[in-house]
Formats: sequence, C-alpha cells, structure tokens
Amino acid sequence: MKFLSMVKSAEHQGPPPMVLMEAVGGLVEEATKAGIVINVGGLMPSQMGARVRLSNGKLSVTDGPFAEAREVIGGYAMFELKSKEEAIDWAKRLLALHLEHWPEREGECEIRQIASE
Amino acid sequence: MTATDVQASIDAIWRIEQARLIAGLVRIVRDVDRAEELAQEALVAALVEWPKTGVPVKPGAWLMAAAKRRAIDGFRRDKMLERKHAEIGRDQENVRDTSIEKIETAMDDDLGDELLGLIFTACHPILSAQARAALTLRLIGGLSTDEIARAFLSSEATVAQRIVRAKKTIGKAGLTFEVPRGAALQERLASVLEVIYLIFNEGYAATAGEDLIRPALCTEAQRLGRILAAALSNEAEVFGLLALMEIQASRLGARTATDGSLLTLNEQNRARWDQLLIRRGLAALERAQALGGAHSPYTLQAALAACHARARRVEETDWERICSLYDTLREVMPSPVVDLNRAVAHSMAFGPEAGLVLLDAIEQAEALGGYAPLPAARGDFLFRAGRLGEAKTEFERAAVLTRNSREKAFLLARARSCER
Repeated sequence: MKFLSMVKSAEHQGPPPMVLMEAVGGLVEEATKAGIVINVGGLMPSQMGARVRLSNGKLSVTDGPFAEAREVIGGYAMFELKSKEEAIDWAKRLLALHLEHWPEREGECEIRQIASE
Repeated sequence: MTATDVQASIDAIWRIEQARLIAGLVRIVRDVDRAEELAQEALVAALVEWPKTGVPVKPGAWLMAAAKRRAIDGFRRDKMLERKHAEIGRDQENVRDTSIEKIETAMDDDLGDELLGLIFTACHPILSAQARAALTLRLIGGLSTDEIARAFLSSEATVAQRIVRAKKTIGKAGLTFEVPRGAALQERLASVLEVIYLIFNEGYAATAGEDLIRPALCTEAQRLGRILAAALSNEAEVFGLLALMEIQASRLGARTATDGSLLTLNEQNRARWDQLLIRRGLAALERAQALGGAHSPYTLQAALAACHARARRVEETDWERICSLYDTLREVMPSPVVDLNRAVAHSMAFGPEAGLVLLDAIEQAEALGGYAPLPAARGDFLFRAGRLGEAKTEFERAAVLTRNSREKAFLLARARSCER
C-alpha cells in the first residue's frame, strides 16, 4: 500500500531551527534505509504558489500567499507500507521531533492511502 | 489513547522494528532462533507495559533495550550453569564480565549495517535459493510461514521445514552475521541479488484473482532492493537490479485487461504505467551506469526495460537500441531465454523474417523443447509475415505447453484470430 503523508501548519511561524531540519533529515535517512520511501519533498512557501478554483460555474485563479489558510502543506512523503497504522507511526515520529526541537510549533500530518488497482 | 489504539500502534511498530531488532540481536547471541525469541519477548513486554504507560517516544530503542536486558539475563543464567559445572579455582567473575562487555559493544554498532548483515546471512550461498528466499522473507519481510507458503504456492510444512533447516545450516557454519568486505562482498552480493530478483519474479508471475500475497512479493523485493541501495551506494548492480524492478513494477497496473486476461507490452495502455516508479527506475539505472555497470546483467536488463518505459507510444520504441542491448546481454549472460527475446527484438527492428532466422538458430542449438514462449514467438512472427496457417499451429502448440490458464486462453484466442 502506498500512502501520502502531508505535513501541514500555519505559515507564519518562521523558519524551522537548523537542529530540527537535521533531525528530520535523520528520520528520512532511517526510513530510506528501511526501504519504505518512494518520494519525499518540501514545498516552497504558498507565496510562490497559486490556487485555481471552480465555484458557481466560474474558474478563478488566486496567487499566493494563502493568508486565510490556517494550515498550508509544507512537505510531503510517499511511503510503501503494509498498513495505515505504520503510516501513523512514521507521522508520530516526525511530529515527536518537532515537539523536541521546536515545541511551540503546531501542525499536523494528514495521511491518505493512494488508490491503486 | 484507547486500548485498541495502543494495540494497533504496537502492531505497526512491531512491523517497522522487528527486522532491525532481530538483526541487532542476532549479532549478539549468534543464533537466529534465540534472536527471534528475544525480539518476541520484548514485544510481549511492550504489550504488557505500553497500555499502562503509553507508547514510548522511541519505541524501537525501548524494544531493543528490553530484548538486550533479556539477552544479558540469559547470558548470566548460562554462565551460572557453566560455573556450577566448572572446576574450582577458575576466575569466574572475569569470565562473566567480559561476555557482558561484548554484548554492550555489539549493541552500539550501526543499526543499518546490522540489517544488511542479516540480509547477507539469510542469502548466504550455502543455502539453496528457495531457502534463502524463504528465510529472507521471514526475517527481513516479517512474513509468516503461512504467508510465505501461499506466496510460493507451497505447503506450510515444506516452508517451515525449509526455514528450520536453513537456520541449522547457518548455526553449524558459524556465520558471523556481518557484511562481507572486499572480494567476498562481490561474491556474496550476487547471491543476495539473485534471491531478491527471484522473489520479485515470483510476485510478477502472479495473475489477477490469485491470493494477494503473491503480487505483494514484488513490493517486498523492491523494498529489499531499496534497503540495499541505501546501504551499498557504490555497487552498480544493486542499482541495476533496483532499476529493473522499479520499471517492471511500473507496469503492474496496466498488465491485465478488464476481463483479467494478460496484455502484452504492446497492448498495454501506457498512460497507466506508474510514472513515479519509472522515474525512480531511470534514476537508479543512471546511477548503475555511472558506477560502471553498463555491461552487467541486471543493468543491461534494466536498460532494456527502460527502452520500453521511455516510449510513450509503441511506435516510439527504439527497437534497434533494444537489439544492441540484447546482443551485449547474450555475451555476459548467455541463456536460451535471452536468445528468444533477442529474436523478438530483431523481428521488431528488422522484420518477422529476421526473427524467424534467429529462432531457427535457437532451436538447433539449444534445448527449449516444451518451452511455451518459443512456439508463441514463432506464431507471432509467422502471423506478422502473413503465414496464418502455420501461425495457428504454433499458437496451438504453445497453448498446450503453457501451465498458466490465462496465458493458455490468450494463446488460443490468437490461434482463433488466424482463422480468416
């Protein structure tokens, strides 16, 4: 089973501390060595993105930043795992590192299984 | 967290940690069975403790520490027994202390390296390929004996016996569970790659409607390939094999028609190929070639698979490049199957008659009697050359020879299509 794990948080919390980035790098390395990582990536700030929306029969394009959004996706990982619980465990490990190195930070990991035939 | 949540959480942690746990423990106790037991005991301890205390922040480390305590207790017990039997006057304290020190040092080794050491041990050439595959799936993949038996269409008793015997052989040989170095690494690595590809192919051979555990073997093999690639980043053939598996797996979802019948490469809807896996495969292939693997068997096979992966439409396939890759492959990996595929490639690049000439040569030189793909290929070449009557006979011969029921249906349908 493939899972997409998206890390979300408010964007106005400043850049993450170096020590957190290093710890996250270590976790990614651990997951890679376990052979479960298909793809990982970080996203540029929403300021550099855009939204294309269909509403009331009309298409509209809004450039970032997404000021009204409480939670913006900042990064993602795609894993090959045997259960949703495993995906939850990896997400917990990621957020535990945030708790350790950037305790005031708030955010969440949204986990979605990727559909396959 | 509710008790059910904790239980689900422990299950997941166990799946994530068990291989590393066993890998770490086996280096200390030098016995696969004992390592598995200790890991199990640590799991039982977690099942008792965690519902009360909550799941620890570093569950893997907790399990390792729990298993380690039990290992040390075990050593102490053994030493006590030994001492009871020992002659008076021996320096017993000294004996006990050094053995525990050894455990402590072993615990501090790099974890990734330990997993690799376990893979190399499970895939040791002193074991048969089937035993290596079963033991690897058991220890690294965490599959149960029943799952392995179902995956290989074998009985649970056979697989269980195979695993017991393999563990005994490892014990008798006194293997160190370490990653071989230098020239030994090359030799042992070949044995590991062979097992991983065997597991992958077993999964790839599974057809729709079969037990889902069979196609899951592809996933297991890919994971093993990724573990190796992360740990042995300078070994060309590790990346060659990984590239080959990723690219082949990219087509898994496109291989079958809605009625479950198999589709050939040329019939598949290429929009359904998994582009992410293709990109991963092409990147691994590039790495393999950069490391000097261009003329090695897995890298060559990956390069062949890449030729198809790069073609968005069948017509864009670079058949001449495929021919030249097969020409090289048969030099480094001579096999009747390679020769057959080479004939197919030549038929696509230079016409069905060119393919028929190569098939004649294969039939004269090699023993492929009873091998269904041979008459199937001949049938295809004859069909394309407009010789429908002869083609029909060949398709029917192939249908009799194949043991795969879906393939049989496919070949009979092709035979019928010759009746016009």
